[in-house]
Formats: sequence, structure tokens, C-alpha cells
Amino acid sequence: MIPLELYLLVSALLFVIGVIGVLIRREAIVIFMSIEMMLSAVGIALVAASRVYEALDGMILAFLGMTVAASEAAIGLAIFVLLHRTYKGVKVDDINLLKG
Amino acid sequence: MIIQWIVFILASLAAIVFALLMITRKNPIHSAVCLIMNFLSVATLYVLLGREFIAISQVIIYAGAIMMLVVFTIMLISVEEVRKKPLLRIGAGGVIGIILTLLLLGYLGLGSFAGSLYGEKGNFTMETIREMGPFKAVGKLFMTQYLLPFELASVVLLVGIIGAVILAKKER
Repeated sequence: MIPLELYLLVSALLFVIGVIGVLIRREAIVIFMSIEMMLSAVGIALVAASRVYEALDGMILAFLGMTVAASEAAIGLAIFVLLHRTYKGVKVDDINLLKG
Repeated sequence: MIIQWIVFILASLAAIVFALLMITRKNPIHSAVCLIMNFLSVATLYVLLGREFIAISQVIIYAGAIMMLVVFTIMLISVEEVRKKPLLRIGAGGVIGIILTLLLLGYLGLGSFAGSLYGEKGNFTMETIREMGPFKAVGKLFMTQYLLPFELASVVLLVGIIGAVILAKKER
């Protein structure tokens, strides 16, 4: 049995890579993909804990998170299509209506 | 035993390498393919943990449905003009953010190695699950203890569908 710590480390690494992707990229679609990767990285930690604690609750939480990610994908991509119609190209630097 | 370690190391290395490739590729389609490979590696980790249901869900929902939507959106919105500007946008805020993120990684890594497990174990050992059947165990929990979250998840998905249709509809 591989120790829980290694799974948590992989999960943390993937999460942090996702955060860095959100910080450094300028296309909204890649930022969105980084957020999806962060969600799935949290799933690793939940499922590993569910194995170590011999309970299925963590796995069910990961599955419910997956449904949230799916509906978030539908709405987020619809927003990107809408932004593309308004701004011609989805780059987060161009979207500054709230900047004041 | 040794084969578990080999699969774990290969799958986690693949997940991390494809994640790094995902945030550095110029073309969003390449990023999407790298992300699909990352999701499949994570599904391998789930199989290794003995949770087949979530592994199959990962392949169907993340690598199948969500990434299909992403690839379709990349196809719909043109990405030609993206490549003219520099790829990264690292200003002062970005540098501070990356430093804070690496600090977060340090905290998470130290926390996962220094923390000790507490709390009591549940009653779903691998033997119980194998006896019951992995899918039957999950289905039973969804239909009894987690019935309300299960139904609420369907409401969330319905709101997602309606929201997407309303947002993407052309104004007239």
C-alpha cells in the first residue's frame, strides 16, 4: 500500500501547477483548463483519504465535485463564446470593464 | 507490491509532466490534449486506489464530456491572433503570486508529511467492497445516506444546462 502522504503530495503539486497556470496565462480558455485541473487534483486527495480511512464518503464527495465541474464547464464555455462575440478573442487582459 | 509502486510512479509522473506541458503550450488545442492525458493519469491513480467507480467517472465526465466541450469551444472561437502577443503575462503581481503559490506548495507538502492521521475508520474495507461489488456499494450509499446531495447534484446540472442555453442564445 502506497502511503497517503505521496498521494497528497501529487495532489498538492497538481493543484499548485494549476494555480501557476491561472496566474501566468493570458487566454481565458487555458485559465479555465487550469481550474478544471485543480478540481481534479483535489479529487486525488479525497479518494486517497477515502481508501486510507476505509470509507466511501470521500469518493462520493469527489464525484459530487465532478458534477459541479461539469455544470461549471457548460456555463463557463458559454460565457467564453459570449465574450468572443463582444471582444473578438478571449484574452483576460482585454476584459477590464470592472477596473474603474 | 512492486508493480503498484511502478504504476504509481509512472502515473503520477505522467500527471505532473502533462500538467506542466498544459500550462506552457502555446496552442490551446495542445494544452487540451495534455490535459486529457493528465485526467487519464489521474484515473490510473484512482484504479490503483481501488476506487473503480470514480476512475470510470473521471474518464467519462472529465476526459470525455468536459474536454469535448473545451475542444469544441476552442474550435468555435478563433485562436489565430493569440500567438502574436507574448505567451505569458508575468508582471509584478504575477511574480508575487507565484512566490505565494510556491509557499502554498511548501505548506501543503510539509502538512501532508508532518500531520498524523486521526479519526476513526469506516466499515468499507477492500474485502467488504469486493464482497458487495464496488458499484453496488456506491449505489447503496447514494440511495440512502447521500440521497439529498445526489438529487441536488441533478438540480445543479439542470441549472448549468439552462444557464448555458440562456447565455449563448443570440440577442434579437
